Amino acid sequence: MVFKYGDNIDTDVIIPARYLATSEPGELAKFCMIDIDDTFVGKVQDGDIMVAGKNFGCGSSREHAPIAIKASGIKCVIAKSFARIFYRNAINIGLPILECVEAADGIEEGNEVEINLTTGEIRNITKNETYNAQPFPEFMQKIMQADGLMGYVKSKGGN
Amino acid sequence: MAMTMTQKILAKHANLEHVVAGQLIEADLDLVLGNDITTPVAIKEFNKLGLDEVFDKDKVTIVPDHFTPAKDIQAATQCKCVREFAMDKQIVNYFEVGEMGIEHALLPEKGLVVPGDVIIGADSHTCTYGALGAFSTGIGSTDMAAGMATGKAWFKIPEAIKFILTNKPTEYVSGKDIILHIIGLIGVDGALYKSMEFVGDGIAHLSMDSRFTMANMAIEAGAKNGIFPVDELTIEYLNGRAKREYTVYEADSDAIYSQEITIDLSKVRPTVSFPHIPDNTRTIDEVGEVKIDQVIIGSCTNGRLEDLRISADILRGKKVAKGVRTIVFPGTQQIYLDAIKEGIVTDLIEAGCVMSTPTCGPCLGGHMGILAAGERAVTTTNRNFVGRMGHVDSEVYLASPAVAAASAVTGYISNPEVVNQK
Repeated sequence: MVFKYGDNIDTDVIIPARYLATSEPGELAKFCMIDIDDTFVGKVQDGDIMVAGKNFGCGSSREHAPIAIKASGIKCVIAKSFARIFYRNAINIGLPILECVEAADGIEEGNEVEINLTTGEIRNITKNETYNAQPFPEFMQKIMQADGLMGYVKSKGGN
Repeated sequence: MAMTMTQKILAKHANLEHVVAGQLIEADLDLVLGNDITTPVAIKEFNKLGLDEVFDKDKVTIVPDHFTPAKDIQAATQCKCVREFAMDKQIVNYFEVGEMGIEHALLPEKGLVVPGDVIIGADSHTCTYGALGAFSTGIGSTDMAAGMATGKAWFKIPEAIKFILTNKPTEYVSGKDIILHIIGLIGVDGALYKSMEFVGDGIAHLSMDSRFTMANMAIEAGAKNGIFPVDELTIEYLNGRAKREYTVYEADSDAIYSQEITIDLSKVRPTVSFPHIPDNTRTIDEVGEVKIDQVIIGSCTNGRLEDLRISADILRGKKVAKGVRTIVFPGTQQIYLDAIKEGIVTDLIEAGCVMSTPTCGPCLGGHMGILAAGERAVTTTNRNFVGRMGHVDSEVYLASPAVAAASAVTGYISNPEVVNQK
């Protein structure tokens, strides 16, 4: 399933501060998107994707935001652009994200979508369309392959 | 090859002669910062590495300032986790309630951030230290964890927008109005992934407190960092304060900028950001009649001594409008003490304000001034997103201390030039 949102989705609506007194992913997921879409938590299933406009994840540095999205079962976020701290955080915790204006415009709620993270190719099976996101630089792919930054640091032998 | 001020600082910390926009580098860190919300997640990540120590116990600082003094059992549990980690790792610059302040007011005051530094903080407003000519930027908890472990972080070298500030602002216009004006001009993603480099003769007319406010809100334009050149005023601020030697960097005169924008500071009006996004700005002349329920003066954006002084100058001898809660948060204990000694606190309390201990509190809807459905606040904080200060049906208007204080007097968003007519 596809969940579609607009521009400037901020981290305060992704996970409001009143739920930040915990860092437990499962707990955070219970309140994901609640201030902008209170049906999200009830509907989201493992393997779903999120599609949004520009500047997704703007606002605070709270890593709780991508953690909540990842723990809710979302497998990839596609947006026209990402706020920079959210972008880093998503890579660092191993939540796949792709920047692609055409995909963000073309994909509609209910579409079935297939994503290749290595090439950046996004296939909209329902509409029979293909969009090409810029794949991540090799360095960032390595972080994601290590399931996030800590895995990457560990693979390099700590400090 | 010519570089911007930011690029030069990053190149030096990556041991490179030159860098170009878009290049990925790994930089040495001068300081790694976290608070009571973001550090617990960082500790969990840090512990995955099985290390006994942080890379340098003098270069990690932890400031529990968000939900402190602990607002509830969960917050107390998070603070305890952070406190125990700080004790165990012998973190030198851990600041407990009593010596704690709002992190971005506290660290410059303590001389822990100096020009030319590369600083990461698990708090988006870490960009504040650009006011001192440092590269500082907000990151998440995992970056904080990796920073604590290795003393390094990865960065993509940013392009920069050059803001040429000219002339002198008028009496009631401060850094807050200027940065809100800029955000209104370029939008909340106007500087996405980029540096905002401030230059020009207008800077000489901006106090350090105004510069901190402006660098602080660079993130509200999507920027990676905001940065000011180091001048006599910066040096004066650092004298007797700076805990380390520092290097002053300047942009090359032929550095390439993605955009150049000139702002005539004498033309900037007191500016208010309407709900629910910081770039929804209007000048005070365009505000109309907006009735308010609460005023907040404080935060990492506007909780410094000058901010309290400006507020007291307007509120002295006047009364807060009936039914309006006016809550004042000094940024640090030192600011609080200085405000007491100057008589500012007396003026504010006699006018009907309530003073709070330093805390991020209401800025992020944490505690100490949460809004009910249908309520409106004028606040000197930095974000006015849906539900930011409480109920999703409440409204937050961002403004300067002068506008906030004037509004406290009338109960409507008001022009300090009018309220304080002599």
